[in-house]
Amino acid sequence: MSAWSLFAQVLAIAVALALAPLLTGWVNQWRALLRNRRPPSLLQPYRLLHKLFAKDSVIAEHASPLFRIAPYVVFGCVALACAVIPTLSTDLPMAPAADVIALVGLLALARVFIALAAMDVGTAFGSLGARREMLIGFLAEPALLMVLFSVSLISQSTSLATMVETLTHRALTIYPGLPFAGVAFVMVSLAENARVPVDNPATHLELTMIHEALILEYSGRHLALIEWAASLKLFAYSCIGLALFFPWGLAQEPTPTALAAALVVLVVKLAIGGAALALLESLSAKMRIFRVPEFLATAFLLAVIGLLVHTLTAA
Amino acid sequence: MQPADGSWLPLDGVLAVLGLWLAVGLSGVAALRRFRFVARVLFPIGGAGGLALFGIGLAGVFGGAQTAVLAIGLPGLPFHLRLDALSAWFLMVIGAASAGVSVFAAGYFRRGEGTPPGLLCLQYHLFLATMAGVVIADDAYAFMVVWESMALTSFFLVTANHRIAEIRRAGYLYLLIAHIGAIGILMCFGVLQADTGDYTFANMRAQHLSPFWSSVAFGLAVFGFGAKAGLLPLHVWLPEAHPAAPSPVSALMSGVMLKTAIYGLLRVLFDLLDAPQWWWGALLLALGLASALMGVVYAAVQVDMKRLLAWSSIENIGLLVTGIGLATVFAAFHMLPLAALALTASLFHVATHALFKSLLFLSTGSVLHATAERNLGKLGGLIRSMPWVAWITLVGVLASAGLPPLGGFVSEWLLLQSFLFTTGLPHPVLNMLIPIVAALIALVAALAGYVMVKFFGVIFLGQPREEKLARAHDAGWLERAGMLWLAAGSIALGLFPVQVIHAIDPVTRSLVGTGVGHALEGGWLLAPTSIARASYGPVIFLLGGAVGCGLAWLLVRRLYHGRVRRAPPWDCGFPWQTARMQDTAEGLGQPIRQIFEPLFRMQRELPSPFDAHPRYRVVLEDPIWHALYQPTATLVARLAAIVGLLQRGRIAVYLLYSFVTLVALLVWVQR
Repeated sequence: MSAWSLFAQVLAIAVALALAPLLTGWVNQWRALLRNRRPPSLLQPYRLLHKLFAKDSVIAEHASPLFRIAPYVVFGCVALACAVIPTLSTDLPMAPAADVIALVGLLALARVFIALAAMDVGTAFGSLGARREMLIGFLAEPALLMVLFSVSLISQSTSLATMVETLTHRALTIYPGLPFAGVAFVMVSLAENARVPVDNPATHLELTMIHEALILEYSGRHLALIEWAASLKLFAYSCIGLALFFPWGLAQEPTPTALAAALVVLVVKLAIGGAALALLESLSAKMRIFRVPEFLATAFLLAVIGLLVHTLTAA
Repeated sequence: MQPADGSWLPLDGVLAVLGLWLAVGLSGVAALRRFRFVARVLFPIGGAGGLALFGIGLAGVFGGAQTAVLAIGLPGLPFHLRLDALSAWFLMVIGAASAGVSVFAAGYFRRGEGTPPGLLCLQYHLFLATMAGVVIADDAYAFMVVWESMALTSFFLVTANHRIAEIRRAGYLYLLIAHIGAIGILMCFGVLQADTGDYTFANMRAQHLSPFWSSVAFGLAVFGFGAKAGLLPLHVWLPEAHPAAPSPVSALMSGVMLKTAIYGLLRVLFDLLDAPQWWWGALLLALGLASALMGVVYAAVQVDMKRLLAWSSIENIGLLVTGIGLATVFAAFHMLPLAALALTASLFHVATHALFKSLLFLSTGSVLHATAERNLGKLGGLIRSMPWVAWITLVGVLASAGLPPLGGFVSEWLLLQSFLFTTGLPHPVLNMLIPIVAALIALVAALAGYVMVKFFGVIFLGQPREEKLARAHDAGWLERAGMLWLAAGSIALGLFPVQVIHAIDPVTRSLVGTGVGHALEGGWLLAPTSIARASYGPVIFLLGGAVGCGLAWLLVRRLYHGRVRRAPPWDCGFPWQTARMQDTAEGLGQPIRQIFEPLFRMQRELPSPFDAHPRYRVVLEDPIWHALYQPTATLVARLAAIVGLLQRGRIAVYLLYSFVTLVALLVWVQR
């Protein structure tokens, strides 16, 4: 482990923390533009975070310590997830600590804590949100694992860094399993990040809420941390998707020029990806909650088909 | 005893602990009604015995096999005992779990609950001793004697509150299935000795059965041990017996006793039988997956907290058997390193499940004592009145949900890793099927998270659903100590998997001839083959997460402020919020009922809009009970009725039967 790879690690975390709200702002801008509205400023998410951090935190009078710990746990988990995903370079000192299975486990830990916190105050909407969040979680998690497995069968590794390295270095072979996995991954990411066909991040109607219902009782700095964690999660999922399906442009060696180039490539890829996400969201309508299992079961089956296609062609 | 060269042997230590437990049990009978003596002195001594057994097991894992012949038993049929790595690993698990449970039990049992305390003490310690005895027995006779004693003592423990009819019924069902299973095991040993008349395990190891007879022995072993483990479709006793037993007993039964069945399966499959066949593994995979899926889905819809945990035990047994099945498939194709990996996953899960499931059952015991309520619909908000129990339970809940950095995640990780290695199997159909198995395992693991959020959220979070819950008291210090020990074990298993796997290494070596221990680099990274292939570093993981959380906390306070204002809950401005508006256990089960509808036999009564007193009722039943057990019971009852025709209740009729039989025999002999 050299000083530069350590630097690359710190840089990856810093870039994630700094760029994540920007990505959310970018997606929101495109969503507004596509609906012929005047878009909010690109920096709006930062202003929101600053405002929330400055406000007092109002907590229900009978909330337990779990309620106050949960935002920090969620934030810590998602930040750690961003540290092990190869966003800029594949030579990360933290990467051996968690492979893709551990990464999925880490995101599940964050989800369980936010769901428990939502149940803690004991309001109708909180427990409803917790139930729905866990429902989507248990449907999306196996699908996500299957996507990751079908890629890991290609690279013979579940370590994300190794997976990305083999995918970049491959000759121009087309793996027929990958497109299935890619579509499944997009569907799972939409569900996991509370995007439109499954959940609407901009909704004001409590009965249709999932993620927003979970965090209704939060305010002030706790809410800010959760909002930040939500943008970090979107950033993390985007980076996993880019790393698996568009792995080109990552720094193989942690040199300053390579890192700078990788940063530029990342920003361009995220900009395109964010716009595509906004387009996808604008084109689809939100579905009823009990259509979601079908949606995610489709994603799951697509991922399994990808896996089977790979085993068939490899055999 | 075996004449050793004067040195101390782990097997002697095991026998000493067994002796201690018997002595403790008998002292309990001597002090039948002296409650304080039994609770405060005898149970902690039993716990110390458990701790000693844990240490002895640790020494035994690395110690190599030792045998002894005990001069008890029938003339010409002494007890053969043997301690090898496999038994030592299970002894460690029994010791570690029972130490915590015994200390908890010291503070748990109350006066005037069914069986007198002294008798309960005898049954409890006999139960412990027989479980340890099962794993060191080395001939079929000794094995069956301790196995049946284990079933009997646990039956008496289950029916400790025998004045309740429902508990008697649960106990009866348990005893029945335990004995049907025991017949299977007995017949399995009968096949294994291959007409030599020598029932020692050493002789069975030496026999080479034909493929047909070894498959018969395998089938009988799966049936017999499956009945004890709660494998589908022999699981029906488990959700009845576990809730009926007092909580420390449920903890032992679920955490430890089910594992003795896993031990038996491993012993027969990898030690007594030679050359497994691949379809055995496929059968175990199918049974294990069915149990895991059925267990977790049914756990998600339960409204009784102990029943929920019992179903979750079926799920975990299913995962264990899936791992064993995968190991069998690998062993049948002589891919021994992979078989070792799958076995390591299962053996690791034996330990984690023993600890966290015991912990969760104990916590339900504390809740039960504090509130006298087992129904999830009447609990809630206990984290405020019982903070100790709640926070310790959270550890068990996270471990059970398979979340990092706790123990449950490591076994899940190892199991999924061994599935990902399977692409090299020389059998195309299996190669296709096994990724689907991995997918279902992932689904089960994710559903386990749902179940655990329901369990913890409904019991400990939210607002109390009944008035009396506000007066619930926290557990006493002995109960806390027992639960803390188990929680610490779950955390240690999660943080130091490499060290634990070094202890599993001799076990897999003795079973399949190789292990994964040599491939583990350093002490902090779990990497079964190489870091480039797959790695997981729980300590780095925890440190990274903790630094992330801590920095966030510090920076927020430094850059902004740490002010908090308390107010009534917001709930979108709705002021008349009551505890009854929270989601209930039934509510949390509703999506599962809807998605997995074909798995249930459901009766629903929905109110119409015009009902003056609307009633909502839903009854969920196990279809296997109706499809398999009811017809069998009817058939048995019919046969009994036919046999019953002979029984007239008059002595003259019976004399006539004897007379007719004698005449018939005479005619037959004279012919």
